[in-house]
Formats: sequence, structure tokens, C-alpha cells
Amino acid sequence: MNNAELNPIKDRSMVESAVVGNKGVLRAQLIDGFKRDKFIIFCFSLLLVYLLASLFAPVIAPFNPYDLSQVDILDAELPPLWEEGGDPRFLLGTDAQGRDMFSTILYGTRISLLIGVGAVLLQTLLGVAIGLTAGYFGGKVDSLLMRIADIQLSFSTLMVAIIAAAVFRAAFGEELYGELAVVILILVIGTVEWPQFARTVRASVLAEKQKEYVEAARVMGFGSSRIMWRHILPNTLSPLLVIFTLQIANAIIAEASLSFLGLGMPVSEPSLGALISSGFEYIFSESWWIAVIPGVVLVLLILVINLLGDWLRDMLNPKFYRM
Amino acid sequence: MVAFLIRRLIQAFIVMFVVSLIGFAIQSSLGDPLRELVGQSVSEQQRETLRDEMGLNDPFFTQYLRFGEKVLKGDLGTSYFFKQPALEVILNKLPATLELVFGAVMIISIFSIPLGVYTAIRPYNWVSRLVMGFSLIGISVPVFLTGILLTYLFAVELSWLPSFGRGETVVLFGSWETGYFTRDGLLHLLLPCITLASIMLPLFIRLIRAEMMEVLSLDYVKFAKSKGLSPLRIWLVHGLKNTMLPIITVGGMQIGTMVAYTIVTETIFQWPGMGFLFLEAVNRVDTPLIVAYLIVVGAIFVITNTLVDLIYGLVNPTVKLARQ
Amino acid sequence: MALLEVRNLEVSFRTREGIIKPLRDVSFTLNQGERLGIIGESGAGKSILAFAILNLLSRPGYISGGQVLFDNQDLATLSEKRLRSIRGSRVAMIFQDPMTTLNPVMTIGQQMIESLRAHRKISRKDARVIAIQKLKQVQIPSPATRIDQYPHELSGGMRQRVTIAIALLLDPLLIIADEPTTALDVTIQAEIISLLLDLCVSNNVGLVLITHDLCVLSQMTRRMIVMYAGRIVEQGPTKEIINDAQHPYTQGLINALPQLSIPGTELKQIPGAVPGLQHVPSGCAFNPRCEFSMDICTRVEPGFTCSGGCSVACHMVEELVNSMGEDL
Repeated sequence: MNNAELNPIKDRSMVESAVVGNKGVLRAQLIDGFKRDKFIIFCFSLLLVYLLASLFAPVIAPFNPYDLSQVDILDAELPPLWEEGGDPRFLLGTDAQGRDMFSTILYGTRISLLIGVGAVLLQTLLGVAIGLTAGYFGGKVDSLLMRIADIQLSFSTLMVAIIAAAVFRAAFGEELYGELAVVILILVIGTVEWPQFARTVRASVLAEKQKEYVEAARVMGFGSSRIMWRHILPNTLSPLLVIFTLQIANAIIAEASLSFLGLGMPVSEPSLGALISSGFEYIFSESWWIAVIPGVVLVLLILVINLLGDWLRDMLNPKFYRM
Repeated sequence: MVAFLIRRLIQAFIVMFVVSLIGFAIQSSLGDPLRELVGQSVSEQQRETLRDEMGLNDPFFTQYLRFGEKVLKGDLGTSYFFKQPALEVILNKLPATLELVFGAVMIISIFSIPLGVYTAIRPYNWVSRLVMGFSLIGISVPVFLTGILLTYLFAVELSWLPSFGRGETVVLFGSWETGYFTRDGLLHLLLPCITLASIMLPLFIRLIRAEMMEVLSLDYVKFAKSKGLSPLRIWLVHGLKNTMLPIITVGGMQIGTMVAYTIVTETIFQWPGMGFLFLEAVNRVDTPLIVAYLIVVGAIFVITNTLVDLIYGLVNPTVKLARQ
Repeated sequence: MALLEVRNLEVSFRTREGIIKPLRDVSFTLNQGERLGIIGESGAGKSILAFAILNLLSRPGYISGGQVLFDNQDLATLSEKRLRSIRGSRVAMIFQDPMTTLNPVMTIGQQMIESLRAHRKISRKDARVIAIQKLKQVQIPSPATRIDQYPHELSGGMRQRVTIAIALLLDPLLIIADEPTTALDVTIQAEIISLLLDLCVSNNVGLVLITHDLCVLSQMTRRMIVMYAGRIVEQGPTKEIINDAQHPYTQGLINALPQLSIPGTELKQIPGAVPGLQHVPSGCAFNPRCEFSMDICTRVEPGFTCSGGCSVACHMVEELVNSMGEDL
């Protein structure tokens, strides 16, 4: 019997392979799809604007919101420029302490992004290390690590983050916690969300392990760590990229939620979440902009990241560990 | 069945053990119980004798055993602020939180299943695109912001709905205060429940849609089509049940997230539940209350996860509880 | 009169790169009670043909041309409602993998009864009686207890018997079996084949058997079709094709088969692989792999030539037949 016949593949899979093509085609497709999809270009440029704005916040911002000498309490609660009573110095109005909203938002975005990216980098590091270990060594190590991942996931990550942040705050006191907030938030959000990365990496490692080249590399006497870094990791990049993107959105949401609860950034150095939190009580006194404008900025940022992540997922179409 | 239950119970026990260990670690490192008891006026020597008497100088493990014994008896210490048993304080607030979660779960179930199924069946038409677009926005808006925007719109601008508290409640079965039987109570429930549901609803719509689309592409659905069954029967009988099985498991896991978001929701609407209490306890460094909350929430997680596994086993014929 | 007549059937798939056609210009007829085999390598478009006959292709595939005449109705253009009344009752299907064709959360009985009740006004009780009777027909032991079991409680061979029972439930005129034995053990394969053959013969049911296994095909059918890259390359009586294949591809298929070749001779493989659907070669799709390939083969797609009882799509055969005609 013919060789091809020993391995019967359904006609359907053939149509699919005709559609998906090989890796080189895939990359071309990614660029192609990017050029074709105007909406995604728009999202990407918006994200770029966010990144540049937060990178150059000290240059762009007309005021330094951390510098108390630049703040006048008499300017408090001024509405944005286009509203009645707006002040030409303050494009987006001022908050309850008289700080320029535009500047505070720029600095706030900077902090939100810093914590988001920092936390996800930590997640990736932890997740990839744990996933590689579990997948590569298998057996008891694997089942123990995945059991821990299961339990970690069944306890909501936000719950764990809230409790951890709460304990830190109670232990350090409000003032010291405020000073260390950025580091603590990165640590807390970075350590609780590793299972997603770990599971995905593990799944890819298990799939790759079946393939001959890994075995060949081992036979040729390469150490296990070298095989993992040089061979397996590059093959897991596309699912990791998608998770990385989507997780940044989640991390920013988590940071904002913690800050809203008073467990995140202090009012003196607010992230977007802390800004919204401090503006919350003023929506009852009709000063809606203090909470709503940073809210819109935050939602737009998360939305853009989510859209890009979804688009990447559709384009790369990697095999996911289903949650 | 019995074996399954025993295995689940052992697992639950291990998880609760870890939770209590964390709880104890927090209690022993946060705050000084002595100061709460006797204040600043006592001399150093007297303190030391008191510490010995209370066993605060014992090894960690001995202290933990004592703590564990108390926990098993339901004694989670006395709240510094309320001067009442911490467990009692928390359990008093439990009904409010459970009613909030119940309302949100109702909203999620009522909307996510039809919308998820519809968008899976008709993935390309404009209604589905609209639903999917909204669900993406829904995922991108943090819960607290949803709460703030809803409050601003419906409570401040339109003044249709109340913005805080539980409103008028009725006492049920002697101790359970419920807001579900008064108009005022229901009105107060509306915004917080929608807020709490807002994060999970889009997630579940997307999840159900993805699962359903996968199921609809499987062989047994094609086979059902080749039998000449009506589309409705294929979607609802062949598609939905197989779709909902994995959703049950995910749903069980999401209850944890839900409880976490009650903290946020209760803070926005000053809802007198466990979450609001917990945050107050954190601000007051009321350690016994923090630890009690941790243990109660841990117990809720363990119980719901066990129940969900049990339900999954009962609904799914391919899982045999009896033989495992 | 013909039970099923497929005329110039063409199937297209809409993809990001444009439209691809996994099935082109497929025509054949099948009479009442006749059994027809369709053979080809993976990717030849066999399964797509099976689904296209019942108009069951799902997105992004669709019938883009031709007719499927069954009982004087064109299934390619019939309304969904009318199609449903034909599916399962007049034309039934058997799938490749019995592990995945039965719904895991419904009992065997539920899946049989729903099929009966979709086409006949019948009580659950009566439907159950018929279902048990059909299970008995496919030789399932103690059908009255089996009927209340779930698919996972049955072995693979048992499950395929169940799907055959479901296919026979409403006494169809035609069964389309898409690789019904591929997923089974060899010993069970033989049982299922003889069962299917017996049932078709005793009930006078037409059968379209799709397979990549020449042995199975030669046992079960009198007529066969050879497909390559979405097109029919040879069609005719099974015996004649197996003994004296005209098309180089069919010859390759037969020579690659150990059972039918003479012991001691080396097995021949067809060099190369089936082309992807985007890259179907111009002219005769088989020309890059064909040892007799001529200049014309790369340019012109061959038409059908009658040679004996067969019809063959090959330039070489066409030339041969023409020269013989001149000689006469």
C-alpha cells in the first residue's frame, strides 16, 4: 500500500493546510493582513501614541503634578476647556487638589503602563521557567506544578492580589506602602498570573518533545537547558506573544482595580486607576471629568491592547491551552 | 461516588490547610495582639510574662496548632474594632454578599447563554458582530469604572436608581435579611448586580460562543445533520449540552473571581457585605477580621469548586463518579 | 432508472487567498441497489464529494456548479426543508470514525429515536421498538439493554454497528459510507464490511462507498471511480479496472498494493505527493508524477475517453484508442 495511504488524513485537513500554509507564508500573511486591515493600523498607531505619550510625559506635560509648588488649591475642580467655566491653562480641567488633569493623566498612563508591562514581564519569566520545567521533565515535577497552577487559577488572581496587597499595606503602613507601591504592585500582579504562561509553554513543550529534532539534539549530547532555549522556546513564541499582549491589558485592569480599592498607587503619585478612584466622590457634585476622563483614557488603552491581542490571535492562530 | 467524594474532601482539606497556614502567618506577623489587649501603659516585664502566658513565645508550629484547633471550633478571634467574634461579624455580612452574587449570576446566565449560542450559530451577521464588539468593550472596562459610570448615569444624572446601600430589606427565616422581596430592595440591587455581572457576562458570551462553534464543527453534529434533524434540535440538543459541560467547570472557577469583584462592587455602592467589611478591616489593620475573611472566602471557594465538580460528574455521562 | 445522477458537480471553498476548488467536473450515475466505490489518496476530494451529495458542506465550502439528481430532484438547489426530509430517511450517511460520530452525552436509544421521530409521526415507545429491532439486525447482542447505554460504553466496532443501524432506521434507498472501516481494527473491519454488504444486498439499498482501500472496494462494489486532485480520472467496472487499469495513476495505485501484486515482486510507489489545492498543476493534474507524461499533458486537461467498459481521462489512453480506431 502507498505510504501516503497509511496515514489517512481527512480531506478537510488538507483544505485547512492549503489555507494556513507554512511558516514563511504565515509571516507574510501577518504583514499582509496588517496592511489590509486599516482598523488594526489605527489601533496600533493609537497604542504608539500611548507609548510615546507616557515615555515623554515629563516633556509633554505642561505641569508637573508631583511638584506641589505648581499646584494651587484655588484652581481645584475646574471643568475642561470646552465646558462652561473652563480655564485655558487646563485643557482637561483640574482635579480636587487643583492639579492639571492633562498632566496628571499623562503621568498616570506612564505609571499604569509601567506596572502593566513590568508585571507581565515578571509573569512571562515565571511562567516560561515553570512551564519549561514542567513540560521538559514531566512526571512528578510536572503534575505537582500543574496541580499548583490549577489551585492558583481556582483562587481568582484578583482575589490573591487583593489579599497580598492588603497584607503588605497592613504590614508596611500607608506611607511606606505608598513609596514602594510600584514595586509591590509589579511583584503582586506579576506573581499571581503565571499559570497561563506556564500552561501554554508546557503544552508546546509536550508537543515539541515528540518531534525528532529534540531527541536528536539530546542524542548529540546537548544539555537539556540548551535544547529548551535553542529549540523549544522559539516554537512557542507566537502563542506567548498573544498571551503577553492580552495579559498586559489584564495587568493594567488589575492595577487599576487595586488602586481603586486604595491598595495601589497613592493619591500623591496616581496611576489612572488611582485618579479615577480619587475622582469618584466628585461625580456626585457634578465634577464628572475628574473620574470620567481618566476612565475613558484607561478604557481606550485596554481596548486597543485587547483588539491587537485578538487580531494577533486570529492571525497567528496558535494552538492554545484552553482555559 | 463515595470514593469521588472522599478524594474531593481530601483535596478540600489540603487547600483549607494551606489557607489556614497563610491566615495564621498573617495573624502572627501583622500587629501585636498584646497592645490591642492591654494598651501602652504596661511595663516591659509584665508584657513579657503576659506573652509567655498567652503562648506568644511558643514555637511557630505549636502556635499554629493552637490556632488550628480554635479555627476548627469556629473561633477565629475577636475583631479589634467590633469587639465581637470575627466569624460572627463576617457571617452577619454574608447574606448581603450572597444576594449580590446571586443577582449577578442570574444576569450572566440569562444573557450569556442565548447570546453565546446565537453568535455561534450566526457568526457573520451584524447582530453577532455587534454583540461581539460590545463584549470586547465590556471586557476592556474595569468593573469599578462600570460601577462609576452606571452610578453617574442612573443615580446622578437621571436619578432613577439609588447609588448606595441595600435599601429596605425583609427578614427571612429568622436571620437572613433579603432585598429580593421589596421594591426598594430590588431597586438597590439592580446597579450593583449589573456592575458585578459586567465583567463576567462578556467573558461567558465569548466562551460559550467559542465552545459552541467548536462543538458545531464536530463529527457528531455533522452526523446529526445527515440524519435530517431540524437545526433547532441540532443546536439545542446536540450543541448546547456539549457546550455547557466545559462551561460548568470554567464557571465554577470564575466564582472565585466573582467573590473578588464583590470587594470592588461593594466598595462602589457601599454595599454592607463581606467585601466592604474586609476593606474596612484592612484600613483599620483589624487582623482577626482579615484572617477570618480569608478563611471564610477560602471555604466558599472550596465548597463551590467541589459542588461544581460534583454537578459536572452527575451531568456528564462519560464521567463515572462511581468507579473512580 | 438512475437512483442518483451527479452531473458536472463542482465544489468551491472561499479562503483568504481566493477561491479554491477541491472538486471539479464530477459526474456519475448509480442505479437502484447498485454499489459504487470511490477511491483516491487523501486529499483527492472524496469526503467533500460525500458531503456535497447530501448538500451538507458547511462554510467556507459550497456547491458552485452542477447537479445532484436524486429521485428527479436536484439536491444542489433544493430548499433546506426539503433536503432535511431526504437526509436520513431516503439517503443516509455513515462516517469514518465511530468514536466521534455519536453524541457522547446522549444514549444510543435517544439518538435513534430522534432520527425516527424527525421523519415519522411515531410515539417514543414505537420508535424504541423499531430501534431495538434495527440494533438486532446489525447483530448487536442484547439490544434492549444496549439501547440505554452511552456511546463510550461500547467498543469501536459496536459503535460502527450502531451508526449503521441508525443509517438503516428509515429504510433509505441510498447509503453514503465515508471510509466506514478506516478507523477500525483489521479483524473488525472484515466483520463490518460483510455486515454492510449483507444489509445492502438484502434490503436492495444503493451504496456509495468512499475508501482509499482497494481491497475493501473490490469486495464490496461492482463499479468504481478513481479520483485524483478533485477530478475523476477513471471510471468503470471494478473488476475491469483492477485487472487492466488504463490510467497511469490507477495503475500506480494497484501496483502499490501488496495483496494484488505477484509475490516476490517489488512494491512500486507513485513518486511525489498529491498536489495542494492551491497548486494544482495545469493540464493533467497528475502529469508531474506520471512516468508517461507528454508535452500535451502539461498544457491541456484531458477529456474522457471510452476504453472498453471504462471511461478514462488521459491523453495517452486517448491517443491509443484513436490509433486503434484508425486501424480498424
